[in-house]
Amino acid sequence: MSETNDKGRRSFLAAVSTGWALFTAASVAGLGMCVRFLFPNDTFEPATKFKVGYPDEFAASNAGVVDKRYKTRGIWIVRTLDGFFVLSTVCTHLGCTPNWLETEKKFKCPCHGSGFYSSGINFEGPAPRPLERFKVSLAADGQLEIDKGKKYQQEKGQWDDPDSFLKMEYSV
Amino acid sequence: MSLMKFITDSQIWKSIFRHKYPDNPRDQALAVLSNVFLHLHPIKVRKSGVRMSFTWCMGGLTFFLFLVETITGVLLMFYYRPVVEYAYNDIKALRDHVPIGIMRELHRWGAHLMVITVWLHMLRVFLTGSYKPPREFNWNVGVILLVLTLLLSFTGYLLPWDQLAIWAITVGTNMARATPIMGHEGPGAAFIQLGDVSLVTAGSDVRFGLLGSKTVGAATLLRFYVLHCIAVPLGAGLLIAVHFWRVRKDGGISGPM
Repeated sequence: MSETNDKGRRSFLAAVSTGWALFTAASVAGLGMCVRFLFPNDTFEPATKFKVGYPDEFAASNAGVVDKRYKTRGIWIVRTLDGFFVLSTVCTHLGCTPNWLETEKKFKCPCHGSGFYSSGINFEGPAPRPLERFKVSLAADGQLEIDKGKKYQQEKGQWDDPDSFLKMEYSV
Repeated sequence: MSLMKFITDSQIWKSIFRHKYPDNPRDQALAVLSNVFLHLHPIKVRKSGVRMSFTWCMGGLTFFLFLVETITGVLLMFYYRPVVEYAYNDIKALRDHVPIGIMRELHRWGAHLMVITVWLHMLRVFLTGSYKPPREFNWNVGVILLVLTLLLSFTGYLLPWDQLAIWAITVGTNMARATPIMGHEGPGAAFIQLGDVSLVTAGSDVRFGLLGSKTVGAATLLRFYVLHCIAVPLGAGLLIAVHFWRVRKDGGISGPM
């Protein structure tokens, strides 16, 4: 085989492999674009940090009075004689929303029957762990402020975290 | 007679039928060769292949139900809007105001039946040993078709947008949280991070991609609609063609042992 032929073959192979490499890279990039397209940057969900009113708007009891006004925002506010804590409305079994049954003093999930005390502790049904709590604090204007971005799980010992409970003695 | 001859001699007729009346082996072969649909069908069908007690006709019934679902589904699409404000009322209107108020029920019952016939088809194939070589490839195509059938069922479940639909999909998609590596509560997900920042979170994992948001909402309804009406049926249709073609390539419907 002559030298010129050999060179011709080499440059041909180089061109072909470059072409295939570019084609493969473009295909992978295109596929990556398609996948990335399905993950939106913004989802227009309600803010995870919001105010729910002044502390004296909430009634209290020893075991805690459950305030259902913000259930559509995914929280229950529970007022005990010592202070406030905020429970997530997401059942720890498979993610349905339980109902607060005032006469029976328990949260009851309609999907598979899990039950929780007003403290959030599970006591019946398939739920494997207590309801999660969210951060509650006093805002500068004196209102209660909830931050759903920070959650506290009892089974991880996080309910001892000072941010998971707002200390405030109840006075009539 | 001369009219018949005029028709069969016309360019239109000849452009459609590229062979003479199939009463001889040559034209019978041409009838199959010149028809794209018959390419998917076995050349010969064994006597046992049409025996109900052997096949239960479950594959055929499944395909029939797929066609029923396609036709009724396309009809439903003329009225149903996958938007939170309209979806539930459109479903009710399909029952109360649209002519033939059972169209949605046909679609729903057909869907339930199709899941049952797919399982029975699979059972028959298993019991007759028809999954064995050379049919092992087609068995796997069938397994994927089973999954697609269940996905069609699952995505269609959300579209009525009632309490049952929303909570069923909430429960169902919560399982995706536990997907290995790709789900934010799954094993291995904690290792995918850049410095201290976790890359697989509730806002970026595979469940988020499926729902289009962190909870079942408007984005999910639209996503499931597109999956239900376009993506999954396209995939299923393609694989059904492969499935039938493989039956032909593997020697037709299997015979009794």
